[in-house]
Amino acid sequence: MRESTVERWCRRVVLTLLTVFVVVPLYAMVSSAAKPLKDVQGTFTWIPGHPTGKAFVDMWTTVPLARYLVNSLVVSGVASVFSVSVAVFVAFAISRYRFRGRQAFSVTVLATQMFPGILFLLPLFLIYVNLGNATGIELYASRTGLIITYLTFSLPFSIWMLVGYFDSIPRGLDEAAQVDGAGPFRILFRVILPTAVPGIVAVVVYAFMTAWGEVLFASVMTDENSRTLAVGLQGYATQTQVYWNQVMAASLVVSVPVVAGFLLLQRYFVAGLTAGAVK
Amino acid sequence: MVTITRTGRDRPAGPPRTDTGRPARRRGPQRSRLPYLLLLPALILELAVHIIPMLVGVWMSLLELTQFHIRDWSSAPFVGLANYRATLDVHTPTGQQLLQSFGVTVAYTVLSVGLSWVFGLTAAVFLQRPFRGRALLRTLFLTPYALPVYAAVITWTFLFQRDTGLVNHVLVDQLHLMKQAPFWLIGDNSFTALVVVSVWRSWPFAFLCLMAGLQNVPVELYESAAIDGAGFWRRLSAVTLPMLRPVNQVLLLVLFLWTFNDFNTPYLLFGGSAPKQADIISIHIYKSSFIAWNFGEGSAMSVALLVFLLAVTAVYLLVTNRRRSHA
Repeated sequence: MRESTVERWCRRVVLTLLTVFVVVPLYAMVSSAAKPLKDVQGTFTWIPGHPTGKAFVDMWTTVPLARYLVNSLVVSGVASVFSVSVAVFVAFAISRYRFRGRQAFSVTVLATQMFPGILFLLPLFLIYVNLGNATGIELYASRTGLIITYLTFSLPFSIWMLVGYFDSIPRGLDEAAQVDGAGPFRILFRVILPTAVPGIVAVVVYAFMTAWGEVLFASVMTDENSRTLAVGLQGYATQTQVYWNQVMAASLVVSVPVVAGFLLLQRYFVAGLTAGAVK
Repeated sequence: MVTITRTGRDRPAGPPRTDTGRPARRRGPQRSRLPYLLLLPALILELAVHIIPMLVGVWMSLLELTQFHIRDWSSAPFVGLANYRATLDVHTPTGQQLLQSFGVTVAYTVLSVGLSWVFGLTAAVFLQRPFRGRALLRTLFLTPYALPVYAAVITWTFLFQRDTGLVNHVLVDQLHLMKQAPFWLIGDNSFTALVVVSVWRSWPFAFLCLMAGLQNVPVELYESAAIDGAGFWRRLSAVTLPMLRPVNQVLLLVLFLWTFNDFNTPYLLFGGSAPKQADIISIHIYKSSFIAWNFGEGSAMSVALLVFLLAVTAVYLLVTNRRRSHA
């Protein structure tokens, strides 16, 4: 199947336009992070006239960025590990057992994900505040409250992808282990999990990304001490002037780990989507 | 003529997974309880974070839950459907605002989902054939999706600044398309800005899904189409699109729901107070809840939104499933 000349040129033009659309904001972020404050307060320039790393130093003192970073790390780290652990059991059940309510459960989990976040936000906010007042358990404005909330956010996609991976593991392996006298948990931990490691890593990264990027609940459920990056980064704009170079530097620093993780594992996301979505 | 035979892959996509003919496992009562045990942690979480708050939300929408009652909501008087009447009646100013917000949201969703899908499909189709730099482009195109939403949107806020932003620099100083530098984040242009940012963020997801879907199209289909003399458009309409139908069914629904419920983009782009041209529904509810401190009315609007989304989803699934069985 050969490609005609017209087609080839169409492809080049379209892909170039899309590349420009994607790259320009990314370039502006990186180049502006390397400018001194004076240069981002005047007309935009494509090439930094006086490149400097000062924004990367100053950004830590303009707002308490280190605290926000630690909060985000703790919340996203704990939430992603726990949520994937929960998803592993669900995926194991759905992949290896037929039982009543199996479909209903999968559909419900997927459906809750599609409901407007604002619908849960108001009641959850009130429940956390009132629970705190009544029992002294601090869920509102605490990292624990945020972690509990985030646990469910990546569940549907994690379950979906993991079921795809587990289904692709030959059942013969289970049966061989069963013959050797292994129970269900032994099969899960000794046979299935070691085989599905890449998929599980991909799902953990996805769950981490979800929590790392969540804005709505973070903006309502946190105070100055428990604030995460999603809310904290807006702090640069509430000063008497906007430190755009520092905002860009901070955005770059908080993006690099998740973007790198996602792009390194992109192969597994495509595989997971193919296994889960197209079936 | 190109004739396409439907393969076994062309099965309904999405959540209802069809049984693959595995023998049911029945090993006595002890074993059959195990799957439920495995689901228990997830079930508890779903109940605690989604199901119970949702029911509480419905209850809240029937209370006069204003700032006086938020600390102790048991004191809030029951007002029945008053909150619904106050917010959904289009003859009142509040209802008018909600209607306006609804209109903006519909326009925003249609434009953003449509463009994201077209961009994603174009990129996926053009990246099907191997060429030098393909892997690099694929990685590049996925980057906006991997970027945390706040980092992406804050960067766009910077680009859209009137005096110091890149957008006006290019349009006014470099291309001379406009004499006066326009405002992008207030006034009529704010809607355009919102759509641009939303498409920038969500088209890579469409691309990712469509790319995954295209990997399942057997090469032989394209080969036999080429032998039959099918050109680019013919191959697209007779092979690619029909084979992508299951992916599209889920993808369009997911994009629709995400975009319609989108809160992050306007919240971050406009710093919490979106201009009325870009006042989409989540922001509207957020404002009336947390700025006006009226959780009763906020909940009523949320419940109405949910009912609307459920209705649209149900109709969509009904229509697309029927069309598929007729096709």
